[in-house]
Amino acid sequence: MERMPAWADALLVPLISLAVAFAISSGVILAIGENPWEALKIMVTGALGSSYGWGYTLYYATNFIFTGLAVAVAFHASLFNIGGEGQATLGGLGVALACLFVPWPHWSLALIGAAAMGAAFGAAWAAVPAWLQARRGSHIVITTIMFNFIAASLLNYVLVNVLRPTGSMDPATARFPGATSLPGIGDMLTAVGIPFAKTTPANVTLFIALGACFLVWALIWRTRLGYEIRAFGKSEKAAVYAGISPVRITMLAMLISGALAGLMAINNVMGEAERLVLNSVEGAGFIGIAVALMGRSHPFGVLLAALLFGFLYQGGAELALWTSIPRELITVIQALVILFTGALDNMVRQPVEALFLRARKGAK
Amino acid sequence: MAERQAQGRPEAAALPPAIELRGISKAFGPVQANGDISVRVARGTIHGIVGENGAGKSTLMSILYGFYRADAGEILIGGRPTPIPDSQSAIRAGIGMVFQHFKLVPNFTVLENVVLGAEEGALLRPSLARARRELTRLAEDYELDVDPDALVEDLSVGHQQRVEILKALYRQADILILDEPTGVLTPAEADHLFRILKGLKAQGKTIVLITHKLREIMEITDEVSVMRRGEMVATVRTEATSPEALAELMVGRKVLLRVDKAPAAPGRTVLEIEDLRVRDGHGVERLKGVSLTLRAGEILGIAGVAGNGQSELLELLGGIAQGTGRVRLNGTELDLSGRGCNGRARRAAGIAHVPEDRQHLGMILDFAAWENVAFGYQDAPEYRAGRFFMDNDALRAECEGKMARFDVRPPLPALAGKNFSGGNQQKLIVAREIERNPDLLLIGQPTRGVDIGAIEFIHKQIVALRDAGKAILLVSVELDEIMSLSDRIAVMFDGRIMGLRDPARTDERELGLMMAGMDGTRGAA
Amino acid sequence: MMDLPTLLQILDSTIRLGTPLLLACLAGLFSERAGIFDIGLEGKMLAAAFLSAAVAFVTGSVWLGLVAGIVASLLMSAIHGLASITFRGNQLISGVAINFLASGLTVLLGQYWFALGGRTPSLEGAARFAPITLPFAEELRGVPVLGPVYRELISGHTALVYVALLAVPASWWLLYRTRFGLRLRAVGENPAAVDTAGVSVVGIRYAAVAICGLLTGLAGAYLACSLSAGFVKEMTAGRGYIALAALIFAKWRPWQALGATMLFGLLEAVANRYQSLNLWGLPLPVQFMQALPYILTVIILAGFVGKAIPPRAGGQPYVKER
Repeated sequence: MERMPAWADALLVPLISLAVAFAISSGVILAIGENPWEALKIMVTGALGSSYGWGYTLYYATNFIFTGLAVAVAFHASLFNIGGEGQATLGGLGVALACLFVPWPHWSLALIGAAAMGAAFGAAWAAVPAWLQARRGSHIVITTIMFNFIAASLLNYVLVNVLRPTGSMDPATARFPGATSLPGIGDMLTAVGIPFAKTTPANVTLFIALGACFLVWALIWRTRLGYEIRAFGKSEKAAVYAGISPVRITMLAMLISGALAGLMAINNVMGEAERLVLNSVEGAGFIGIAVALMGRSHPFGVLLAALLFGFLYQGGAELALWTSIPRELITVIQALVILFTGALDNMVRQPVEALFLRARKGAK
Repeated sequence: MAERQAQGRPEAAALPPAIELRGISKAFGPVQANGDISVRVARGTIHGIVGENGAGKSTLMSILYGFYRADAGEILIGGRPTPIPDSQSAIRAGIGMVFQHFKLVPNFTVLENVVLGAEEGALLRPSLARARRELTRLAEDYELDVDPDALVEDLSVGHQQRVEILKALYRQADILILDEPTGVLTPAEADHLFRILKGLKAQGKTIVLITHKLREIMEITDEVSVMRRGEMVATVRTEATSPEALAELMVGRKVLLRVDKAPAAPGRTVLEIEDLRVRDGHGVERLKGVSLTLRAGEILGIAGVAGNGQSELLELLGGIAQGTGRVRLNGTELDLSGRGCNGRARRAAGIAHVPEDRQHLGMILDFAAWENVAFGYQDAPEYRAGRFFMDNDALRAECEGKMARFDVRPPLPALAGKNFSGGNQQKLIVAREIERNPDLLLIGQPTRGVDIGAIEFIHKQIVALRDAGKAILLVSVELDEIMSLSDRIAVMFDGRIMGLRDPARTDERELGLMMAGMDGTRGAA
Repeated sequence: MMDLPTLLQILDSTIRLGTPLLLACLAGLFSERAGIFDIGLEGKMLAAAFLSAAVAFVTGSVWLGLVAGIVASLLMSAIHGLASITFRGNQLISGVAINFLASGLTVLLGQYWFALGGRTPSLEGAARFAPITLPFAEELRGVPVLGPVYRELISGHTALVYVALLAVPASWWLLYRTRFGLRLRAVGENPAAVDTAGVSVVGIRYAAVAICGLLTGLAGAYLACSLSAGFVKEMTAGRGYIALAALIFAKWRPWQALGATMLFGLLEAVANRYQSLNLWGLPLPVQFMQALPYILTVIILAGFVGKAIPPRAGGQPYVKER
């Protein structure tokens, strides 16, 4: 009955898809007259060859872990949340409000408060499309896209007209108070005797992201809610048979998804920029889609994929610095990863399945 | 009646048959849907094909319409070998098909639906104009009047069916195949359809009627072929047979599965059902006022051909579908249409449900066996660890226990549901539901697609539950299963209960007649 | 109150800004009416904008640029068709991938060819679409109201504006008056009906996706070679999504698409001209105007004002079943 073994489904197919995506990317690099091997070397050196590079790689990866987990949780309920970008934008607003208007005595308390606000704002932004899907049948993909744009306009308005300090021309909030400044990875590692560059944006949020991976894993595979989310995602009809309410699961899955996307803001807004600027999310919400697809919606897979994309982002920046290859190469790779691990999954899967079937017949 | 049958086969013998199938075989994986089928359908006749569910009727006709390709065999149309690899070829060969589920575009007009795929040129206007003239003519000739400008979604089911027939006639079909055409019609609509079919026959068209309703066969066909388990067991002239003989051919003389069971000792009333009604998504009433009572320690078997309301009855009682009427379980009224109408509430009330569609409702195929053990009971205290978590260790242990007690093979709790055979999937589900010790067990098609050994085992479990004083509502399309398990039998036809029978005082022939919508003759239970 | 010249200016830029939305919206209409969801309009337009500008600059001919732009978006359409029709993949994921692919490739190739940070050089002369002065525009200038309206508003646009406006009745005619249109609409509602009628579902769907590519190609070329003078990174700026919103707003119908895109064009024109509006004492920030198309679409989608029902078979790959 089984077409191919579980390991092939979980590892082989994504790896082949990834290989195809990278092969085509190499072709693109060749086509613009550069050497893919040299490019890879620059990327590896730039992203992983120094603690400075690692700092940036981990900073980016932290963002992508949050947005990847957000997309993954929704995927488990068979919901496609393209709204990570908007939810993270709103999360940024929540974090900024928490940092600006509450006199936090210590960064650790500020972190808890800001995280709660970021998650709440992200969840609230996901709640409307979720409710419209659950109760009115409005397609969640379209509504979350619309909410991305509405979020961008809202933030623009708030930054220009409300939160911009008087006299400033910059559409951004004031700098957050010093007490909300999060310790960087460099400081933390140096304190325990490991030398690490101090000027990188990687910060304590990384550990929260790792914790989020674990919590999402526990949620999906250990809790009753996770059980119901997975059952609903596999078959709505069967879920109804089992007494699982589609409305409840749609709402909860999207609220969790939005909260995770919103949590990203403690990394980029609180940890790095220390103020809220326009377009602070920088597409991380969309990269979450690639990360979740590649990670097969498993938190561990998401972690690995986020690290890969963190590496690509930092490596891509280095590449743009040292060669004439622009950063947008990463966008192309990201597109190809989404295309082959997502939309063209059958193109890779069918031949692999056929191969296994033939091998099995041969063995008989 | 005699007169009509006398003219039933005109000069057909002289001409080659309209359709001749030679040795058609078709398998889906390990299932042989059609095995070496040969049949001739004479020109200008109405030819019935009867058989139980899964006998292979629809598969055979789908092969004839180019929807499936036969593995072996030959199709002759009008005496000429005609390969039919796709629907286009079937249409060219003069074959039209009216599917059980209509293939219409709901927001198109009747005219547009008729023209679709049979347009005359790149522009629509001339095609539509021609179709309008043609429709007027067909309406006059065959009582096929439908408003050509009405949207199909606004039409009644009976009118939608006429559009399907018009589509075929517009494509100048000489051969018309109708798959269970009266399943969705009211009696008046069905009568109208028969008049149309008779009119078509009078014009020399050949009609193949697939049905399970013997009344229709007797009323309208000239010849009838009987299919059983993928084979063609007989083709006879309708006037030379009787409903009783056909019922016997359909059901066959099966070896009765012996179930050792003591006489029932029914106790207090567990379930009281009054006037249950359910409408489907199209507004068609599928359950038309069903009333039943069920007592502790008894198995009530519901016999019937699939699609006569049994599924709706199970789904309403199981909290999956909504409807109207009254249901009391142990004296407490159940919510049939509000927020309390869901699987969770039903389980809390003491109802367990082994659904008919075990692969799409009863379990999550991608879930491991141990996860499926909790399916529907994810809230149960013994499967929980604290408020939020599930006790996966307890579930695995529970699964192992169930696998041992119900002989599920292979006994591997970590194996995904889809990797078990049908019988072992069913044992797992039956174990899950029976071991909850419910007051009422709903069980649909308990042994469909299940191997012989597992059938016996599952039957024993059902009887054991009865002997423990529980009430069991059994739905099955397998008559022998109903006969051997039930303490009382209710026959459903067209959304209604045709009658109740005592299994000791009835036989398959009588039940078969009732299932086909004809009144049984012997005393009620 | 505003005077006639101001009003004419705003309406004139409404048409200019509405045109790419209209072309993209009609493109989406063909695709989605055939049951293929397309959130990749943005990417196809972007790819077309880039390649049309690049080729127009290199050859000096805007018409060769136009052809190149169409080729670019047809290639993107081919990927979408392969993923969603042949390999029955997720149409939404495919659309997302196409948007990123275009976003990345345009800058990558732009930088390689022109080394201007992803821009193309400015287009001049024959490398841009020239405005067309309609007959009698000068002669009629003296006629009160009608004269200026004809001269300023109706005359003086580039060819693609008129093509876009003509595409509306043409699309309507193709969809509702031809055999192809009947089959295309049927395939988006109930592909099984088309299949059992002996017509290829796959063929019709590929044709629809190709028309979508053609129209997004026009939209992209218009953006780069008419509205602007050359390609700039991310120059579509969400127009593909606004077109998608307009499509829902128009409930997948051509004439309504004209209305919806021109309404959204007007919103953009007004937002460009005024930093804030005061409507009957209610201050409307410019950001609200920018967000309005999306807000309106959500309201329509929610079904509170005239429910938008998408084609029934939309988003689902066709699998034959009895």
